[in-house]
Amino acid sequence: MYKSLFLSVLFFFITTSSMIVNPQDGVRLGIPISEEDLQGFDLIAAPDGSGFPLGNGTARQGKDVYDINCAVCHGANGEGTSGNTIIVGGDMQSEGPPLRTVGSYWPYATTLFDFIRRAMPATAPKSLSNEQVYQVTAYVLYMNDIIGQDAELSASSLINIQMPNADGFIDRSHIQ
Amino acid sequence: MTKKAFEKVAANGLISRRHLLGLGVAGSGLAISGAALGADSQINFQIPSWSRQPGPGPSAYGSRSPYAEDLERLSGFTNPTYPGGGASRSPLQHLQGTITPNSLHFERHHAGVPNIDPSQHNLVINGLVRQPLVFRYEDLLKYQMVSRIHFLECSGNSGALLRGEVGGSAQSLHGLVSCAEWTGIPLSTLLDEAGVLPEAKWVAAVGADGASMGRSVPIAKALDDVMVALYQNGEAVRPEQGYPMRLFCPGWEGNISVKWLTQLKLTAEPSQFRDETSKYTDTLPNRLSYQFTFPMGSKSLITSPSGEMTLDQTGIYQVTGIAWSGRGSIRKVEVSADGGQTWAEAAIQGHQLDRALTRFTIPWEWNGGRAILQSRATDSEGNIQPTRDALIAEKGTLSFYHTPCIQSWGVDEQGQVTNVYV
Repeated sequence: MYKSLFLSVLFFFITTSSMIVNPQDGVRLGIPISEEDLQGFDLIAAPDGSGFPLGNGTARQGKDVYDINCAVCHGANGEGTSGNTIIVGGDMQSEGPPLRTVGSYWPYATTLFDFIRRAMPATAPKSLSNEQVYQVTAYVLYMNDIIGQDAELSASSLINIQMPNADGFIDRSHIQ
Repeated sequence: MTKKAFEKVAANGLISRRHLLGLGVAGSGLAISGAALGADSQINFQIPSWSRQPGPGPSAYGSRSPYAEDLERLSGFTNPTYPGGGASRSPLQHLQGTITPNSLHFERHHAGVPNIDPSQHNLVINGLVRQPLVFRYEDLLKYQMVSRIHFLECSGNSGALLRGEVGGSAQSLHGLVSCAEWTGIPLSTLLDEAGVLPEAKWVAAVGADGASMGRSVPIAKALDDVMVALYQNGEAVRPEQGYPMRLFCPGWEGNISVKWLTQLKLTAEPSQFRDETSKYTDTLPNRLSYQFTFPMGSKSLITSPSGEMTLDQTGIYQVTGIAWSGRGSIRKVEVSADGGQTWAEAAIQGHQLDRALTRFTIPWEWNGGRAILQSRATDSEGNIQPTRDALIAEKGTLSFYHTPCIQSWGVDEQGQVTNVYV
């Protein structure tokens, strides 16, 4: 009798302790997928060139896209309709508070493509085709005198653009 | 009526926190001294009408008293060029304790609040993992969860203090901070399931809102205490806070806790999203700009008396406020009534939790003269809340993110309380 009691107590400890130590072991409910499944879902276009779709465009092509989709908020020449919509001009070394725009402030050209594709135009985000995003990205860079009017913008050329304020940042990500 | 003398612990009327109970004040609001007694008062002792009839029965979803409906978030402007964007601020001067009701939690949106059907919402983990995965909402509910009480503060909270604006209330100046119990799945659980590759150093988190707002989170933080939050104060996360799920990064600037979370991509480098490059970065006087300022500072704020309030008579007031730090718990809060010349330690009213709002309180006798009320937090790491001058000396006034400086509330001879700079 003592032996059976001992065994049942032992059994109790073995079963309950295993439940306590690894309660999550049975919960692995992620469904395997492939990166190919995420074409069109993963919109992250990064400075290392990853995540860019095929395609290219020039500023000359982008003017119409801009005039139709962007100018209503950002102004005919990127001068904006409010403080937050100015995207052209500015100088970080100016006297007084600097005007921070794509041209004067943004450290990466890739961010422009990434942001336009995911968030613009504000009234209809993600309504532009990838070609249009390349074109209008080129046009905004052109308005900021960063590329020429007929320069062909693609993933490989975007990642090689040196933005005027690229060296203007102090990375504090180590402070956590 | 003889006036009881209380032990003064700092100039201009601050009374020892040891007198808290003896004063018989209830922590909230203003204690009235010298009130008329008994029959001289205008108090009606008739049995009220609500005690003479049954009220409505139980309801499906509770609502607040119609007498308390003036408590509202303060919404900013609407901007036709920024549909759905903007912020609303918590009514800090009217709240007590440390937990923000879900309906009053501050908001900040970059393309409005999406109306997400959870059965159609996916959480994808991809990039530098052994096996990309997608999680369905109903499956995530089956995981073991953790609950943590943490504040959330917008990087731009209190930024008006650097713009030189003088008016405002605790809400309008500082209302982009709130605190809730967040319940969810440790991010490490889900990342482990996908298998993080050694070269993965960052996690790009993306929301399902119109802006697909993205932020990059360092892997050390992601594997430490970040959670995928599904519940807020016990109920499903509110749409304004990311329903059906949000990232929650304790102690860090608010917008890295990406709402409506739909993608986590493991990467070797930061993705350099718009909202971590052109926004939420701090330009210094030398025109270089801090990028990735993650933990919010050691900070406190007197919520009562505070801006736009009026003290209607001299006597004892219960000064109360909130303190928090992105680097730990609050060790102590000091209060000054003379613009920072002398300080007295306030009592902590309740919890003193890690990276959560902490409520402080101290009695103060207003003599009818001018006063400048300030509070100063010290966190468990020894970080002391800086003065506004010290913060400006360090960071300048070209940017208005990450502004944890001491708030000064001026009290004039009429009892009017306003934001002042000393």
